Amino acid sequence: MATASSNTTPQKGFMGWLNKRLPVNAFLENQLTGYYAPKNLNFWYFFGSLALLVFVLQILTGIFLTMHYKPGEAIAFDSVEYIMREVEYGWLIRYLHSTGASFFFVVVYLHMFRALLYGSYRSPRELLWLLGMFLYLALMAEAFMGYVLPWGNMSYWGAQVIVNLFGTIPVVGPGLVEWIRGDYGIADSTLNRFFALHVIALPFAIALLVALHLVALHETGSNNPDGNDIKDKVGKDGKPVDGIPFHPYYTVKDIVGVGVFLAIFCSVVFFAPTFGGLFLEKPNFEPANPLSTPEHIAPVWYFTAFYAMLRAVPDQQLGALIMLLSILLLFLLPWLDRSPVRSIRYKGILSKIALGTFVVTFIALSYLGLMPADGVYVLLARIFTVLYFAFFLLMPWYTRAEQTKPVPQRVTYHA
Amino acid sequence: MRKPPAVLRAWLVQAAILSCGVLGPVALAQAPAADAAPEAAAAAPADAAATSAAPGGAAAPAPGAVDAKEGEGADEVVHWNHWAAGNEINNIGSLQRGARNFVAYCSGCHSLKYSRYSRVGQDLSIPDDQLEQFLVTPGDSKNGYMLTTLSAADGEAWFGKAPPDLSLITRAKGTDYVFQFLKTFYADPNTATGVNNLALPGTAMPHVLAELQGVNAGVFREVEVPAQGDVPASKKAEFIRFEPYVAGRMSEAEYDEFVRDTVNFLDYVGEPAKAKRISMGVWVVLFLLAFSGFAYLLKQEYWKDVK
Repeated sequence: MATASSNTTPQKGFMGWLNKRLPVNAFLENQLTGYYAPKNLNFWYFFGSLALLVFVLQILTGIFLTMHYKPGEAIAFDSVEYIMREVEYGWLIRYLHSTGASFFFVVVYLHMFRALLYGSYRSPRELLWLLGMFLYLALMAEAFMGYVLPWGNMSYWGAQVIVNLFGTIPVVGPGLVEWIRGDYGIADSTLNRFFALHVIALPFAIALLVALHLVALHETGSNNPDGNDIKDKVGKDGKPVDGIPFHPYYTVKDIVGVGVFLAIFCSVVFFAPTFGGLFLEKPNFEPANPLSTPEHIAPVWYFTAFYAMLRAVPDQQLGALIMLLSILLLFLLPWLDRSPVRSIRYKGILSKIALGTFVVTFIALSYLGLMPADGVYVLLARIFTVLYFAFFLLMPWYTRAEQTKPVPQRVTYHA
Repeated sequence: MRKPPAVLRAWLVQAAILSCGVLGPVALAQAPAADAAPEAAAAAPADAAATSAAPGGAAAPAPGAVDAKEGEGADEVVHWNHWAAGNEINNIGSLQRGARNFVAYCSGCHSLKYSRYSRVGQDLSIPDDQLEQFLVTPGDSKNGYMLTTLSAADGEAWFGKAPPDLSLITRAKGTDYVFQFLKTFYADPNTATGVNNLALPGTAMPHVLAELQGVNAGVFREVEVPAQGDVPASKKAEFIRFEPYVAGRMSEAEYDEFVRDTVNFLDYVGEPAKAKRISMGVWVVLFLLAFSGFAYLLKQEYWKDVK
């Protein structure tokens, strides 16, 4: 590192002074201009950088919301309305934050789908995938606690349902629920600790995990849509022939992604911030009321797939277990996939059918989680729960049973 | 709270209707309230309790009666729950009329606890003198919040339930709901107020706007609800249509406009920045699209040498 920096950095002036004390140029070269990414990264590769963008946006808007928001069961709801009405551009900051939460999940789900599509979780990137999964868990906790803060009626009852899930754990459950709430019900103490976790603990955890996720990515290098390894084919200069420096090539490309993403994002922020009750639910415009249960309680859309699986099981304890397993199985993906190839491009028909079914299943479950749990909805939720689990549990079989295509030496790229 | 005796209750309900419905426009017209009130009381068809007690009018069916008529047209069901408010958030005239309507008819009982008069004046381009004259409750500061003078305890004693704050009603229930609620009162002798409502059955609210809309009679028919699982078969009243029972001051179209303006104002109150948000959004999105276009050209320029 020291030798690399001495070759490329100016030794005079301020930068020279700085680089002797802090390896600024060496760091940038290692991570950006000297980091080679495959040249064939396509549309699906925008969502990593976009997730980082949304994270930064959530932190920035969150800081300003924290200046005006007041946790406390008597004042939280009013303080949010104060932000919406009295704070200069408070409505914009709040909508950016609330829409940002939903878009965080949109982007993360597409990012995860990319990993499924091209086998980005396969060796040597298992740890990269696991770090990403921990990020997803932290994000779920962050989003859930953030949703409680406005202290609307859905905040209250949603918290009630989710926190009570811990009560299904044998023996320690009831005591654990009390410990989480800090009271015998969802109350002032719950709101205050959720605020602390939402603005300090979890953002720290997420920032740390993002850093580790990026370090792990830059250690293994990016996968690509062909699922082959660009490091296998190195030119005379020692650089991968199918690789291009991340900066400037992918920075300028990501700027296009950022522009298009922000145009879509801002269309929602400015024209449909509640997104028809999907991003901001109607009952949440009524203050929390322990005496009045909303007509039907549903979490925000990004949790409804798991909520549908929870409700599909008649037994509550078993339902909670199924929900837990549905998330844990994602962690095991690197070891469930036994295909000789990484990318869906060279996998066989069984994997393609399985992935297609999985996408339909996840969307269907997300929809069913928003619907009341009765009649045909429960039956459908049960069918799709079985399909969801089949995708993972049958994976070791179907990834080996099928005929795969040969993976090319070089990446597929048409300028 | 202890409930007052039935006679007193009926009187209180009437008094509430009169104070909400009659004092408002009187104050707006700048007539001394004390002179106008008895006169209005005598003429007011708003006296819903009385209409329900009266026998069915000459042409109109008895209130809440089950339709017995057979024949074409009689069974054509009015889908009131499809009625849309159709309000326009950037129609300043409509918002101003809505604010006037609200203060005249609603603020006697309902608060808008997050809205300051002065902010409403600013957003709705109402000059200060008119704001003080028409909207601000006499004795209140124009920088104060739009609070009702009805105490929660009195509200509960009179109506059985304190009238709710309406600041976020359009956000919690939607503008169409409020529009439908204000349009679907009908005479019902079985309630304390003499009226019932299709959008909110069993509402504690009297038909405050009866002097404007008049009072409708609801035409219902009895339908069989087939047994389902453990629930045995039953009968329920299904709404067919309204028939005018007591005439109001406004035609149906005028009343629709009145309600639409009021809903529009409540839509504004629910989210005061709404109009600004939409007009600003157009420029933001246009900028981002243009930005994306230039960013794309930049990307193409850089990527020329990637073969």
